[in-house]
Amino acid sequence: MTNTAQSPALPNEVLRLENITLRFEDSTALDRVSFVLHQGETCIIQGAAGSGKTVLLKIALGLIKPDEGRVFVFGQDMTAASERDWMDARARMGILFQEGGLFDSMTIEDNVGYPLENIKAVHCPPAEVRPRVEEALQFVELGHTLDKVPSELSGGMRRRVGIARAVVTRPQLVLYDSPTAGLDPITATTIMALVAKERDTRQTATALATHRYQDGHLLANYIWDPDRGELVPARGDCTAARTRFVVMGDGRLVFEGSQAELEASTDEYISQFARRWKE
Amino acid sequence: MLDWLKSQVLALQNFVTLSGRAYVNLFRSPHYVDDIIIQMDTIGVGSLPIVLLTGFFSGATITLQMSRALNQYGASGEVGQIVAISLVRELGPVLTAVTVAGRNASGMASELGSMKVTEQIDAMRALGTDPAQKLVTPRLVAIAIVQPLLTILADAIGLFGGYIMAVLALHLTTDTQYWSSAHQALEYNDLLQGLLKPFIFAQIIALVGCYYGMFTSGGAQGVGRATTQAVVTSIVWVFVVNLFIGQFFINLR
Repeated sequence: MTNTAQSPALPNEVLRLENITLRFEDSTALDRVSFVLHQGETCIIQGAAGSGKTVLLKIALGLIKPDEGRVFVFGQDMTAASERDWMDARARMGILFQEGGLFDSMTIEDNVGYPLENIKAVHCPPAEVRPRVEEALQFVELGHTLDKVPSELSGGMRRRVGIARAVVTRPQLVLYDSPTAGLDPITATTIMALVAKERDTRQTATALATHRYQDGHLLANYIWDPDRGELVPARGDCTAARTRFVVMGDGRLVFEGSQAELEASTDEYISQFARRWKE
Repeated sequence: MLDWLKSQVLALQNFVTLSGRAYVNLFRSPHYVDDIIIQMDTIGVGSLPIVLLTGFFSGATITLQMSRALNQYGASGEVGQIVAISLVRELGPVLTAVTVAGRNASGMASELGSMKVTEQIDAMRALGTDPAQKLVTPRLVAIAIVQPLLTILADAIGLFGGYIMAVLALHLTTDTQYWSSAHQALEYNDLLQGLLKPFIFAQIIALVGCYYGMFTSGGAQGVGRATTQAVVTSIVWVFVVNLFIGQFFINLR
């Protein structure tokens, strides 16, 4: 369990949200949400549709400004930061949007190269853009799609390109917004394997919003085996220990804890995010 | 009622903020010159056929309609003057703006709107670019350059349409008389007005089109709504602003 009191940011903190409140015209999207993510940690954010998972991630990226509360990124107070300061912070963060968020007027190569060419703080020399794009696409096993446009790819492939684009800048924190939404179970597992691969090969902090319990279960209990090129069950509970589950409900953070605690919950709303898996 | 007022004020605030950013970005790097050129091609070259057709037929129609009145006063030789003045001062700029708005305000709103609903605008910000700089400013610059040029072409082909109608079809006047009467009718004031109008209309079209696109919400249906509103709003504003510019130039004399 993480302490949510107003303590100063620790150096190994990657992300800290304090009492975030966000109101839309006639509703409250987020109600005093606090949460912390440390280096190398994984946080699974679960919740029903419209419970505030996406806005939470967007606040962490500075795309939406909260009405109240404070945002710390990499130990730096970003609450009143300018867009320019956010741009520097975003150089160290990656995001996969729900539908991939690929620019459909650009080729896959330009899409993946976009953050390298446009985020100044990444400092990528023009000659290095192409090799790094290729490397990122190799990472998601889509090395042959450089010249295609997003509309030529399937939903799962677009999601994989989205992951390549999120990790091409070698970020310390990657945010995934419902990476498996609308995908068939096999493709969903492929996507989750890539999420685990990125986490385990580069030790990135991961925040993943999802409505599927399986996604969290996979990240908590499996690790990427670089030799076999697939997910293998984690021995010991090292992975489980650094994986936290939070559950959002109606804009509130209603649960925070380990997988075991989530499964032990007797609350009707919370337990549905654990029970669905068992049935 | 209060909610409605509040939403209108909020919309105005968003529009002014977005427009302000679009203009400020003119003086700030990076400048997306490639995007400006692409937009000039899409808007300018793309609108050329429809603008030329509109221009030609309006010139010919004015001549046709005016011929009866002019004959009544025995002044059919002055037809060139009427076509020239009405085209250069009013119909050229306004009709071109209406056709360009119909074609491009909708195009901008739907393109930016679908980018908005598929989170591409968010992605742009997350990946290091200011969407206003990358999307709005190039469109604003491109259309402000091409709109006066399109209007000049529309005026020219409109005069030619009038000529075909007056000289070749209705035999109202002679070749030289038509062109000299048209030429003499125009003053520098008219030309200035005829070029200033499209320059201003262009900015209305770009800003309104981009505004509706950037503030689209609600999926595919929202994109459709944004597109319609962009066309309607920009055309209404073209007519309103047209009156004020006309008034300004009348007072100037």
